Amino acid sequence: MKQYVLQRFLQMIVILFGTSFIIFFLFAMLPGDYIDSNISLTPQRAQELKALYGLDQPVLQRYFTWLGNALHGDFGYSLKHQEKVLSLLNKYVWNSFFVAIFALVLTWSIALVSGVISAIKQYSWFDGFVTFFVFAAMSFPSFFISLLFIKWFGVDLQILPIGGMIDTGSDSTGLAHLLEVGKHMILPVTILTLLSIGSLTRYFRTGMLEVIRQDYIRTARAKGLKERVVIFKHALKNAILPAITLLAFELPGLFSGAIIMEQIFNWPGVGRIQLESVSFRDYPVLMAFTMFLSCLTIIGNFLADVTYAAVDPRIRLK
Amino acid sequence: MDTPNPIVNKQVKTVVKSPSIWKQTFRRLKKNKLAMISLFFLLFMFLLSFIGPYFSPYILDRTNVANMNQPPSAAHWLGTDNYGRDVLTRLMMAGQISLTIGIAAMVLSVMIGSLLGAISGFYRGVVDMVIMRVADILMSIPGLPLLLILAAILSEWKVPAEYRLYIIMIMLSFVGWPGLARLVRGQILSLKEQPFMQATEVLGLSDRRKILHHLIPNTVPLLLVVATLNVAGSILSESALSFLGLGVVPPTPSWGNMMDAANNFMDFRKRPWLWIPPGTAIFLTVVSINLLGDGLRDALDPKMRR
Repeated sequence: MKQYVLQRFLQMIVILFGTSFIIFFLFAMLPGDYIDSNISLTPQRAQELKALYGLDQPVLQRYFTWLGNALHGDFGYSLKHQEKVLSLLNKYVWNSFFVAIFALVLTWSIALVSGVISAIKQYSWFDGFVTFFVFAAMSFPSFFISLLFIKWFGVDLQILPIGGMIDTGSDSTGLAHLLEVGKHMILPVTILTLLSIGSLTRYFRTGMLEVIRQDYIRTARAKGLKERVVIFKHALKNAILPAITLLAFELPGLFSGAIIMEQIFNWPGVGRIQLESVSFRDYPVLMAFTMFLSCLTIIGNFLADVTYAAVDPRIRLK
Repeated sequence: MDTPNPIVNKQVKTVVKSPSIWKQTFRRLKKNKLAMISLFFLLFMFLLSFIGPYFSPYILDRTNVANMNQPPSAAHWLGTDNYGRDVLTRLMMAGQISLTIGIAAMVLSVMIGSLLGAISGFYRGVVDMVIMRVADILMSIPGLPLLLILAAILSEWKVPAEYRLYIIMIMLSFVGWPGLARLVRGQILSLKEQPFMQATEVLGLSDRRKILHHLIPNTVPLLLVVATLNVAGSILSESALSFLGLGVVPPTPSWGNMMDAANNFMDFRKRPWLWIPPGTAIFLTVVSINLLGDGLRDALDPKMRR
């Protein structure tokens, strides 16, 4: 096990470097930088500035400078917000995080319950409904469902706010503030839940169905155990164990912000910062954030593999 | 082709009487009502998109200021947009673009992914390591942000609007191939151990022939399922990018950029016929593709049936 973790860890380091390299080069490929595009500079001054920022050096050298700074937590300044990238991201990432964590908890609990029930009652009307719903949820374009919900609940019924995190001009504090934010969060959380619930429900259903067909379940029934005991004590435990590793894959999603949802709901999250940095060509922000997400993905994969190996010893024997 | 051995061929013909795997698959698929409905709906969508415009009395980009923002009526079934263009006609043309991009992106990803995956699984060693690490790296960058960055880079290159859709196809396949490569590699690794591969060794076939004629064809059933689902994913990604203004850009219509109308609050509130039809079209098409893909999976491998 130790050897497997070590091996996997080294692999992770390699991928981390590779990813940072690719991301850096993607951005280095961009024609023009913010000095080239500033026409008020004389060629001489532009040259000086380039030397100052190190832009006149070969790409490989720039990569190592950037990497060195990044390892010290210095990702440069946002060109649009005139603020350190890190503190800018820190300001917005939590707005995204709270929506994501609520959605995650909701998704997992609903998916677990509905997946398991529809597996136990395979081919029942409930199962049919869940299967249908799963496909619908997997196929909805995020922007379309967001817009439909805003139209139904915000415009037609007028029971929920159509966007933003607080009412315009509101300066509520304490509990009132929390309630206000909570009210604005209902639709975003619902939509994120809807969008991610499909595949997870399916996963639980498949896992449960597979376990129910095992011989040891038949044995448990043959022993005369109550159906409830068979399902909850023998089947469920084995069915959801592998799913624990899936939690590790959720790691990046907690911080990534939902670009499209945040854009439509005017939610001040990090996804909107990301989209904004694309349209304003605010590359330091975009680069730092992409790097951050990739790191989380890679760490998430690592954790998933390691927990999976811990849960299922067959994996590490390979 | 090697010259076929007539005796062997004859024997094979007399022994194998059961229908081919494809016929069996199709027979099983026909029993799956949802998959069949989806198949027919997709056919309908294709016909509507590719033949429908010829029956439309309206010309695609003909603007008509006197007739703008009309709600649905007998003359304009889905109303008209801010330039007085017929929404239904645009919806059909947009279908052509969106479906073409979805399918082309899938074909490209499948080609790149299966080839690299097969090479990786067949040769192992350094080649395998390099290809798989590149795939890992690409898979570790989240999909939509990666597409956004690529889109930004491409806008810097000032690609003309009419070429944008080809670029989108390439971008989508760039993001799509690693998963496929990994899948094919896994299949090849297990196929390589099977007796028929020893036979190709004995026959002294070239590596190219082993890979292209013996290994990849055996991954086709699985590839078919994944490729189908990949089309759905590509259509969703394309529409999201176009909705954000980073994909297919007007005047070329796509389902995603038609939904851009909803970004204007007046259009969003007062003129739902501008954005509900394209959204519904995306939704129904993607649901159908997913259901069909799922049906195919069950039909190809009844053991896996859930």
